[in-house]
Amino acid sequence: MLSTLLINYEEAVAIILFGIGFTMLLFHRNLVKKLIGMNIMDTGVFLFLASMGYISGRKAPIIVDGVMDVDAYINPVPAGLVLTGIVVSVSVTAVTLSLTIRLYKRYHTLNLDDIYMLSRHETEDR
Amino acid sequence: MDFIRNFPLFSIVLSLFSGVLCTMLKGRHAKNYTAVFEGVLIAMNAAVLYYTMKTGTSFTYVMGEFPAPWGNEIRAGILEALIVLTFLIVVLCSVLAGWRFLQIDVDESKVNYYFSIINLLTAALLAMSYTNDIFTGYVFLEILTLTSCGLIVVREIGRTTLAAIRYMILNLVGSGLFLLGVVLLYDITGHLLMIPMHEKIQLIAESGIGMQPLTLAVGVITIGLGIKSGLFPFYLWMPDTYGWSTPSSGSILSAIISKCYIFLLIKIYLRVIGEDVLGMIHVPRILFVLGILGMSMGSVSAIRKKSINRMIAFSSAAQIGYIYMGIGLGGPYGYTAAIFQIIAHCVTKSLLFLTSPRLAEVSGDSLLFKNLQGSAFRAKRAGLFFIIGAFSMIGIPIFAGFSSKILFGLAGAYCGQTGKFILTMLALAASSVLNAIYFIRTVIRIYSRGESGMKESVAIVPTAEGRIKTVRHDTEDDEKKYGAWTRSQRLMYELPCHVLIAYNLLLGLFAWAFVDLIERGLLMFI
Repeated sequence: MLSTLLINYEEAVAIILFGIGFTMLLFHRNLVKKLIGMNIMDTGVFLFLASMGYISGRKAPIIVDGVMDVDAYINPVPAGLVLTGIVVSVSVTAVTLSLTIRLYKRYHTLNLDDIYMLSRHETEDR
Repeated sequence: MDFIRNFPLFSIVLSLFSGVLCTMLKGRHAKNYTAVFEGVLIAMNAAVLYYTMKTGTSFTYVMGEFPAPWGNEIRAGILEALIVLTFLIVVLCSVLAGWRFLQIDVDESKVNYYFSIINLLTAALLAMSYTNDIFTGYVFLEILTLTSCGLIVVREIGRTTLAAIRYMILNLVGSGLFLLGVVLLYDITGHLLMIPMHEKIQLIAESGIGMQPLTLAVGVITIGLGIKSGLFPFYLWMPDTYGWSTPSSGSILSAIISKCYIFLLIKIYLRVIGEDVLGMIHVPRILFVLGILGMSMGSVSAIRKKSINRMIAFSSAAQIGYIYMGIGLGGPYGYTAAIFQIIAHCVTKSLLFLTSPRLAEVSGDSLLFKNLQGSAFRAKRAGLFFIIGAFSMIGIPIFAGFSSKILFGLAGAYCGQTGKFILTMLALAASSVLNAIYFIRTVIRIYSRGESGMKESVAIVPTAEGRIKTVRHDTEDDEKKYGAWTRSQRLMYELPCHVLIAYNLLLGLFAWAFVDLIERGLLMFI
């Protein structure tokens, strides 16, 4: 069991990162820390993808020196997926941060529980 | 005729383009443009539906010059076209009927951004429904998350921002899990297109090697999309999200967005994983139990609510439970019932979310039951629309809800397991009674004259200076006299509601035609 983990240490680290990020995103009360958690979670997935797509000894699939053999190159799709994933992650982070700023300006706190209490006091259920 | 095969891609690209265009238009022009554009999209996708019905097969549209398994594909069949058509009709009706409320809730300088969001959201809905590539599904799923967050936050009050951030956080958890699932599936199959993926998964299931990661992948995808669509026990974000957003947003969020995630899940289950493999890893059984729990717990929560929008939001949780129960029952009958329920609930819930703000408007802008007393006398048409929506929810014959309940009963009978059949019937009976309790109670309340109801309307009219006038009146006729509602405003509110009611009645009276369509669609879906 342990030896399998050691051989696949990149994937193991990726899953641990995902777990840390997931827990932070779900259970931390501070909005900025939640967002950091989300980014750690996404990074875990990207590391997983990148490590799966890389085969040691092979190069990026750009033909130089006329080498046409498939075995000389790695699969470019996972790298493409990671790039797309990063773009998505950045835009989601930007939107969530802008919401966080709006909430902070209004309630002067980043604690989600406090914001909830303050907003309930501010507007009654209608 | 074959030109129609381009329409799915055209609709997606044109929607994205319209999203950008609307940022440059003025608010009112953006609304008019979006309404016309949605009409064009409806016509285009109706043509796709007609084409697939006529040819009797689905078609695959290959992007660029890269055929499977390398390129990216769109696949359209009867089912996709029918679902997309329903979504588009509901979006158009919600936007038009909610226009008046949107003018109040949203700053005039930002109205065009709202319509920009609506167009981007339409692009995401279309792409998620038509795509044959699981990673494209993920990308547009994130776009849908971002745009739906925009729909909530466009009404700038503290509660909507809080609701938006809570919605966003849960959705990000869901998206993260979905992405992990997609990556795991890619890892074990080596493909992103659904059909080659399915072939590899069949080989894995036959050999039995790699079943653990496959189970994990299906598990995280199910939980991810379950969180996003409001499966039990992940439905507690619904009331704040639907209750505080502007009416057209509430209608779109509850009627369409959660259904779009479920449709993607059904697509992954049937087209990528396959029903036999799903059965091997016990997913239907788990979904069946969670669906039934959602049906009952959603309704119990709805009964305890004091505000009409919160009640309708929790009733959504119950109705989503029905859909998951259908997926849990499985087989052609189970999936037919689930997809019929998606369409029926889409049409009914949007109607309810569009009528409740009108009832609130004539009750001192309050959604609380105690203030809504007698509101149906002050807004007669809205009261009538609410009754129709409520009757459909309860399952009164001739309305869509009745047909979907019959279909669930049939699916239970044909699933081949006595235990599941008994549980389905019990759940249907219990849920119908619970639905009746809270909807009939609401109908009685809005139709009972009494002292506790607010008799005063806040008549929220945007004036030239951007102020809101207050006019007192007791009935709609009074309101007309004071000029709170012009003829065109009334038409713009009522016509979309009539369209939704007509669709509801079509689903109720001609259910067999829709069932036939869905069954044919399911055959060409896989």
